[in-house]
Amino acid sequence: MTRYVIRRLLQAIPLLFFISLLLFVLMRTASNPLVTMGGKRVPRPEDRERLARQLGLDKPLYVQYVYWLIGNDWAKIDMDGDGVAETPGDQKGVLRGEFGNSLVIRGKPAWTVIKERIPRTLLLMIPAEIIILIFSLVIGIFSALKQYTVTDHVITGISFVGYSMPIFFIALLSIQLFAIKFKEWGLPALPPNQMFDPQVGKTPSQIALHMVLPLLSLTFVSIAGYSRYVRSQMLETMSQDYIRTARAKGLPERMVLYVHALKNASLPLVTIVGLDIPLLLAGAVVTETIFAWQGMGFLFIDHVSRGDTPVIMAILMIVSVAVVVSQLLTDIVYAWLDPRIRYD
Amino acid sequence: MEATAEGVVASLSGELNTVALSLRQMIWRRFRRHRMAMAGAVMLILLVAYCFGGALFVSEDYANFTDTKQRLQPPSREHPFGTDTVGRDILARTIYGGQISMLIGLSAATIEVVVGVLVGALAGYYGGILDSLLMRFTEAMFTIPQLFLLLVMAKFFANKFPAIHILGRTLSGSVVVIVIIIGITSWMYLARIVRADFLSLKEREFIVAAHTVGTRNLAIIARHILPNTVAPIIVAATLGVANAILSEAYISFLGLGVQPPTATWGNMLDRAYNYVATAPWMWIFPGLLIVLVVLSINFLGDGLRDALDPTTVT
Repeated sequence: MTRYVIRRLLQAIPLLFFISLLLFVLMRTASNPLVTMGGKRVPRPEDRERLARQLGLDKPLYVQYVYWLIGNDWAKIDMDGDGVAETPGDQKGVLRGEFGNSLVIRGKPAWTVIKERIPRTLLLMIPAEIIILIFSLVIGIFSALKQYTVTDHVITGISFVGYSMPIFFIALLSIQLFAIKFKEWGLPALPPNQMFDPQVGKTPSQIALHMVLPLLSLTFVSIAGYSRYVRSQMLETMSQDYIRTARAKGLPERMVLYVHALKNASLPLVTIVGLDIPLLLAGAVVTETIFAWQGMGFLFIDHVSRGDTPVIMAILMIVSVAVVVSQLLTDIVYAWLDPRIRYD
Repeated sequence: MEATAEGVVASLSGELNTVALSLRQMIWRRFRRHRMAMAGAVMLILLVAYCFGGALFVSEDYANFTDTKQRLQPPSREHPFGTDTVGRDILARTIYGGQISMLIGLSAATIEVVVGVLVGALAGYYGGILDSLLMRFTEAMFTIPQLFLLLVMAKFFANKFPAIHILGRTLSGSVVVIVIIIGITSWMYLARIVRADFLSLKEREFIVAAHTVGTRNLAIIARHILPNTVAPIIVAATLGVANAILSEAYISFLGLGVQPPTATWGNMLDRAYNYVATAPWMWIFPGLLIVLVVLSINFLGDGLRDALDPTTVT
């Protein structure tokens, strides 16, 4: 087991390097930081050159990548363009926790810009993940136990439609229904945007209230997809020999279902969490934009549309690390839970 | 049934009298019996008829005609789906937007299949360093959530293509950009399936035989192995169309997609959340059409998967 964990860790590291290289090449070939920094005023040519040298844009791509990775405070850069490198560099590099400065918010490190947004995104994602797990488990098992009844068909129908829905459509529909129509009908309406009502302040209950609709849109598609997965897992388990054995030795049906079947059927659920992280992160971009939830996804859209490469790059790397780590954890937990699987 | 000798003979001869079906007929039969797949196919035909038949009744100029005096009008006799922020008729725009959305779906899925099959086939067939390089690349692409990559690329490559003119229509160059970026960010799953199939097929006797008689590698890949992996490719391509339509909708919804005046179902929803309360018709109609087309393609894909699977009993 330890060897398996170590091996998986060692595989994850080159993967992350490869991803960073891929993203770096994409960023540097497709965008020009000078254009972003220039803004509305067109800078003078000599300023542009100076800036390019300061940012290291005059260097070959692989040198730029190395500087981005480990910084350039050990090297000298040629600031005045006379061919002699004289000024020591001041970048620390990603490996020492510095993603460079934001181009849009001048002089502010990208990491500082992102840091305060991460808890807000986690505040949505962790409850979302828990809701997805519980609901897809309950709905899937319920549907499996009622196989081929009207209830089962209705659930299957809804989940098919739900699975085909774009997240923004669910979000807009839920705003329309729960925020606007409820208000019209005089029912308690849910707030459609922001994290809290400025007049009430940032109290936990306010935030919880403002989380309802974003969570609904974030979880709906996943629940629709995974409840079908749980259903098929449960049905497959129910047809296994050990279930027949359990019934044959006279165990009460409840024991058979909730101990023998459920235990085995819920194992693959662990993979759901790992698979769901990329989907949930993408969902967060859409949900946060619609509900003006100032998290990392909201920040991402904002800075992508302004071409702020250091911040974009930092967010992409954080997201990739999150995905790699979650998949790693999934595999390890799976191996730990299922005694039949032994990796060595 | 009674176990008499006549009974057995009768049932046997009945079985013998069954007409042998070709593979194609069997697949068609299984598909026809798949109720959801048939419903999906019918729905899809209706949607295609809506988008391409509707074009006979309204012109594209009308769909792009702005009349600011008529902005944000609710559905009425004159504008059955209402009008948008600059007074364009939403019904007409859903017709022409649907054409572009479907076009984007089909062409992006084509790119996805070409890249996916190419990568999967080369990695699976040749193995070795090529395989590990291509698979590392696939894994890296898989790890970055697609939407993030799409948004970054949509921003960076926007305006890199000039407007194109085909069949007497002008499409904004962003359509090409969107098609390409969706295509090149969605092939990874297919590449893995194709690779796995190639890995197992290349060890089979008929491939060894082909090698023995001196068939060249390319011919083995294209003529002997590929036809045997066609079922999962067809299924992935079908679902790929639905996913591409969804991806376009997401990018356009977030404002980085196809640029107006060219309409797509996605960009009709651009910034729709600003009008969620005041003009719900602006997003309900294109949104519903997206759900319908994705749903019907998903049904179709499910049916195809079952129909093409040789282990399914007819």
